[in-house]
Amino acid sequence: MKQPKWLMVSLLLVLALAALAVGACTATPTPTPTTAPKPPAPAAATPAKPAATAPAATTPAKSAATPAASKPAASKEPYKIGGLFAITGPASSLGIPERNTVQLLEEQINQQGGINGTPVKMVIADTESDETKAVLAAKKLIDEDKVLAIVGPSQSGESLAIADTIEKAEIPLVSAAASIKIVDPVKKWIFKTPQSDSLIVQALVDYLKAKGYTKIGWLSVSNAFGDSGKVEFEKAAPGAGLTTVAKESFGANDTDVTAQLTRVKAANPDAIVVWAIPPAAAIVSKNVAQLGIKQPVFQSHGIGNKQFIDLAGTAANGVRFPVGKLLVADSLSGSDAQKKVLQEYAKGYTAKFDANTLSTFGGHAWDGFWIVAKALEKSGPDRAKLRDAIESNTKEFVGITGVFSFSPTEHNGLDKRAVTMVEIKDGKWVNAE
Amino acid sequence: MPADIAFERIYVELYQQVLQYLMTGVTVGSIYAIIALGFVVIYNVTGIINFAQGEFVMLGAMIMVSLYKNQVPMVAAFVIAVLLTTIIGAALERLAIRPAKGASIVTLIIITIGASITIRGLGLITWGPNTSSLPAFSGDAPLVIGTASIVPQTLWVLVTTAILLIALYLFFERTLLGKAMRACAINMSAARLMGISPSVMAMVSFALSASLGAVGGVVMAPTTLATYDMGTMLALKGFVAAIIGGMSSTPGAVAGGLLVGVLESMGAGLISSGYKDAIAFVVLFLVLFVRPNGIFGGRDTSKGGL
Repeated sequence: MKQPKWLMVSLLLVLALAALAVGACTATPTPTPTTAPKPPAPAAATPAKPAATAPAATTPAKSAATPAASKPAASKEPYKIGGLFAITGPASSLGIPERNTVQLLEEQINQQGGINGTPVKMVIADTESDETKAVLAAKKLIDEDKVLAIVGPSQSGESLAIADTIEKAEIPLVSAAASIKIVDPVKKWIFKTPQSDSLIVQALVDYLKAKGYTKIGWLSVSNAFGDSGKVEFEKAAPGAGLTTVAKESFGANDTDVTAQLTRVKAANPDAIVVWAIPPAAAIVSKNVAQLGIKQPVFQSHGIGNKQFIDLAGTAANGVRFPVGKLLVADSLSGSDAQKKVLQEYAKGYTAKFDANTLSTFGGHAWDGFWIVAKALEKSGPDRAKLRDAIESNTKEFVGITGVFSFSPTEHNGLDKRAVTMVEIKDGKWVNAE
Repeated sequence: MPADIAFERIYVELYQQVLQYLMTGVTVGSIYAIIALGFVVIYNVTGIINFAQGEFVMLGAMIMVSLYKNQVPMVAAFVIAVLLTTIIGAALERLAIRPAKGASIVTLIIITIGASITIRGLGLITWGPNTSSLPAFSGDAPLVIGTASIVPQTLWVLVTTAILLIALYLFFERTLLGKAMRACAINMSAARLMGISPSVMAMVSFALSASLGAVGGVVMAPTTLATYDMGTMLALKGFVAAIIGGMSSTPGAVAGGLLVGVLESMGAGLISSGYKDAIAFVVLFLVLFVRPNGIFGGRDTSKGGL
């Protein structure tokens, strides 16, 4: 049973297994890269007070509920809003906090008397993290449940998959997924709440420039998330006078990045920028510590969760990254318009649900819910009028992700205020100075 | 003159980088070597290539991590993790391979692929999709060797590989059980005539491979982190290392592992990091073109390679 025949069989097996491994890698249950960070469970933003103290009134709730007292909410046919989220499957770390959030808000708004006295009913549907099922679930929400608008889906792929259905059915959709392609070019009926990669990268580039770091060593993970970061960085860097002196990549499942870091180190950059999500992002920081690299390390919003700190350990300290403000809500300055909203959301959420699932993803659903609810208050139950109200009525709306201003040409409507620089100090998130 | 100096500086910098690549390569390579050893042990005794070898590594690492998280002391957790994995290895042979006795070798190999997928799936159900970490055995402060730096855990990996090699050597040369396994490897019918049970030896070889994999998994976990699907790529690289080494030779497996590790790291550093995973397979093809029996293969078959 020895050699030549064997070797042929072995070679074939290697090839077959390599194919298997590649397949397995792409199917690993990390949330899709385009949707960026995994769920943060902010320590800083977790006031673990029980709910009893909070009458759970968020700022917009008050305005939405003004005429409530005159009409008892329960007596009317409720306004139905669809919630389409990846509640099960690989992206469930996105979908679960989103579902939790809209259920929390449904309860809160109805306690306040609903919208103009009409109660709100959330109809929740699960995409199972699957694009095809997202389309089917969206059709069901539109045709059977006859919802007025849809909040979600969680992932970029799902949002793009249902775009046609939404445009044909002429129903407003406020997506909770990140990709710029969802709203660029602008589609009449589709909006989105998360920051686009370009906004996040711009915030980082501005920060690097302000700190006087001009020679950048770049490392990114070789998947859609890393590539998108790289493309945006290459677009934004020249404008700020930054030059990329080294450009390296690594695999999402790599367990050693010292070779790439040695190359970056040899190029002698002022700062190192890493675009990846854990575990690879944590491996990079561990290897940076191992090689004794002194340059400051910047990472992406992809590390905005407790997992990164757990995996990288002490190597996480000193890492700075651009991310939404929820992680550092408590340490924002009092003049920050979002501070109160963020703190109230964190408080309300952690009182009802597992604090470890509090995340920016839930925040994206929070924004979507209130954008729809506030527009409903203006438009009444009519899909077309509701769409117009979402577009024209959402001005300087203070949400969890940022401050939104929609217009006919802008369906994401965030600006720099939606991103802040966070530093990891002693295993905690703090505002980066 | 300035051109000369500039050239010299580049030369020195390159040398410094190469030293780091070498260190990285040896570390990663010794992990591949441990896995390759597991392949070789089972292959020699049974003729089966066990593609669940990577899962043994995963089991060792994940059991260690979950025990450690539940406050079990390091040393106890280490022993339990290795023992449990060894039992699972033996059980795999009993429950999956033995019932298919008489089937062709290729069928048995496919069974191990199935076992690998099953164990990975059970790992996902048991531990979830998240990656876990394990603290380094003796701190994280990097050690500087010349111009390269390594973490202390690297020394643990290197020393463990060396100890495993010596222990395997002693086992096969000095113990009755080891000698019986070698007898099976050399000539199964003759061994059976001498009163050695090949089926017991097959089970022992699976148990031995599982414990090798588990030890490897535990010592690597602090640097590479542990997750339910860590075994797939490791098994592939270990398999390549084993083939390069001739598939039936223990020193060959170690040499193959180190070669793959070093070339991978050099390639990622000096050529392009994008080709890192491809390098192992390119090396495999080149070696097989030049020496179809592997580097150490086909020389000394009298000892069954062990």
